[in-house]
Amino acid sequence: MRPLRRIFAIVQKELLQLRRDRVTLGMIVMLPLVQLLLFGYAINTDVRNIPAAVVDQSNTALSRILTQIVTATQVVDFVERHDSIEQAERAIVAGRVRAAFVIPPDVAKRLARSPAVGHGLATPRSTDEETSRPVAQWIVDGSDTTIAGAIKALRGMPLQELFDQDVNRTTPTFEVALFYNPEQRSAVNIVPGLVGIILTMTMIMFTSAAIVRERERGNMEMLINTPVRPIELMLGKIIPYIFIGLIQASIILSLGHLIFQVPMNGALLALAVATLLFIGASLSLGLVLSTIAQSQLQAMQLTIFILLPSILLSGFMFPFEGMPRVAQQIAQVLPATHFMRVIRAIVLRDATLAEIHPEVLWLGTFMLGGLVVASLRFKKRLG
Amino acid sequence: MTDRVIEARGLTRRFGDFTAVDALDLNVERGTIYGFLGPNGSGKTTTVRMLTGLLTPSAGTATVLGHRLPKDAEPLKREIGYMTQHFSLYEDLSVRENLRFVAAVYGLGARQARSRINELLGLYSLGDLAKRRAGDMSGGERQRLALAAATIHGPKLLFLDEPTSAVDPQSRRDFWEQLFDLINGGTSILVSTHYMDEAERCHKLAILSAGRVRADGSPQALMDAMGANVVEVETANPRRTKQELTALAEVISTAQLGARLRVLVSDIIDDPVAWIRQQRLNEPLGAVERVRPSLEDVFVTSTGASPQ
Repeated sequence: MRPLRRIFAIVQKELLQLRRDRVTLGMIVMLPLVQLLLFGYAINTDVRNIPAAVVDQSNTALSRILTQIVTATQVVDFVERHDSIEQAERAIVAGRVRAAFVIPPDVAKRLARSPAVGHGLATPRSTDEETSRPVAQWIVDGSDTTIAGAIKALRGMPLQELFDQDVNRTTPTFEVALFYNPEQRSAVNIVPGLVGIILTMTMIMFTSAAIVRERERGNMEMLINTPVRPIELMLGKIIPYIFIGLIQASIILSLGHLIFQVPMNGALLALAVATLLFIGASLSLGLVLSTIAQSQLQAMQLTIFILLPSILLSGFMFPFEGMPRVAQQIAQVLPATHFMRVIRAIVLRDATLAEIHPEVLWLGTFMLGGLVVASLRFKKRLG
Repeated sequence: MTDRVIEARGLTRRFGDFTAVDALDLNVERGTIYGFLGPNGSGKTTTVRMLTGLLTPSAGTATVLGHRLPKDAEPLKREIGYMTQHFSLYEDLSVRENLRFVAAVYGLGARQARSRINELLGLYSLGDLAKRRAGDMSGGERQRLALAAATIHGPKLLFLDEPTSAVDPQSRRDFWEQLFDLINGGTSILVSTHYMDEAERCHKLAILSAGRVRADGSPQALMDAMGANVVEVETANPRRTKQELTALAEVISTAQLGARLRVLVSDIIDDPVAWIRQQRLNEPLGAVERVRPSLEDVFVTSTGASPQ
């Protein structure tokens, strides 16, 4: 009874203080909102309208039609026209365009022999120098691999349209069935992951400052003179933020659904359980940081120290599978990595908690471990 | 034995090479106000923190309200109140919110807490300020709030660490009246201060300097056992006379009070007034008379330094 009363007293006090801290209160809502819009719109691996230049050395009706067909793909947007390759290269250096499309003078001859046109000719042998010459050339600023990849994808584009023929699609070697995100929109993958990032950021930030703030403002000397136990103080400090975390997760997922049409395929209960576990894990990690930090500034630095790998290594932006082994090992320690798998599994693939139980168990264990470590590290003595 | 609320033997606390408190012995009797008088850095706060269980002593033993420290620090916390040197309640909470929080942390039930808080609001004239945030209050108001919070659970022993350092003289007088009311109610109090007038109000006190007890006893006993007599001297040129008197071996200290000098003469001199008159001084002396010693004189003779 008494421990509960003490925990409740601390919760109540935290809520009162939070209610009077307008800036923090605003951040609780604004942070997920702004980040959702930023990440939802900005992160887009499906690149379109890359600014490009045309160097048309043939200057024929055929070359103009060729340019139009390329424009129709929407991959590039021809914003400049140059007479020489050198000029186009300078435009790339200046950053006005990312690529240049060079149409050689003998484009008609090359086209006639190109398999892309599909004249019904036999596929040329690779040794046949004359027939295997490409129709035109792309010069690309290849430093950004995403842009380079988008233009590389144009390499084999069919050109039958050029001669008013029906597009004669060849049968692919493999059939690829894209489940869960058939339109390949990046928001579908980003928005659920964003829940993990926002929660990592705010939960760790709030709690890492929690104990330090009491110390900095001199309240700690009073608190440690009362019968309050460390674990009661820790629980009382994190309970208010559990609700805040749930509010933030709801903001992101519901707005993600409304604005970016992110599907909500999974069971809400499973989602709530998983999110609660992750909130708990992040909060207890924050408390551990709070017992290490000597000032609120240090608490903030420690938060960023956790936040950066959580963004970069958790699989939020780059697939976990593509990272080197060391990075994967670091990522495995972070709660965000496990939550990233959990929330995508539930939201997008309608996985049950039982199907993803290793990740769920890990989050729960991390939360309890963090709470124990923080309580042990917190001493009710000054020295 | 049963009447002692604090017993400490050889209490010592070192921070690295620095010894903040050095072999302190202490007996505080029930129902009294015991004072620690000493300048900043003399070990007052460190001693209070050891006696409340906040700091582990490097050596020595302490028994507070029958609890052996540092082992039994936690059960002790329910029975003591501690008013910290700096205001340590929440500045962004109101008076009532602060008291409600402290009451709950000490395990008072909702009804019990409400009646106790109302009682304290009346007792410490905080009724009109109940909704005021602590951060918006004056030093005296905050101090009353801090005292109310420190006594909310009816502690048997109250520790006050320089309670009046941010308070005007009138509030200070009122505050001491409230302390004596608490004593009447059966509480014992240990207070640290660097104000002489406060120290003089204590039943007993210890003079601390550089971590050691230089003298202890009741203020009157300390003044009686000072080992020096106090003489006030009138002179036309006090600065110069002060230098001449201070140079004499029998003179412990000389302090200027306006046009007069307050001279502490060792009690190996039987008649200090006549003795001063006999000295060959360059300046002629006016009136020379023996006066009643003050606690400040005790402080100066026992530490060889002035407070603050």
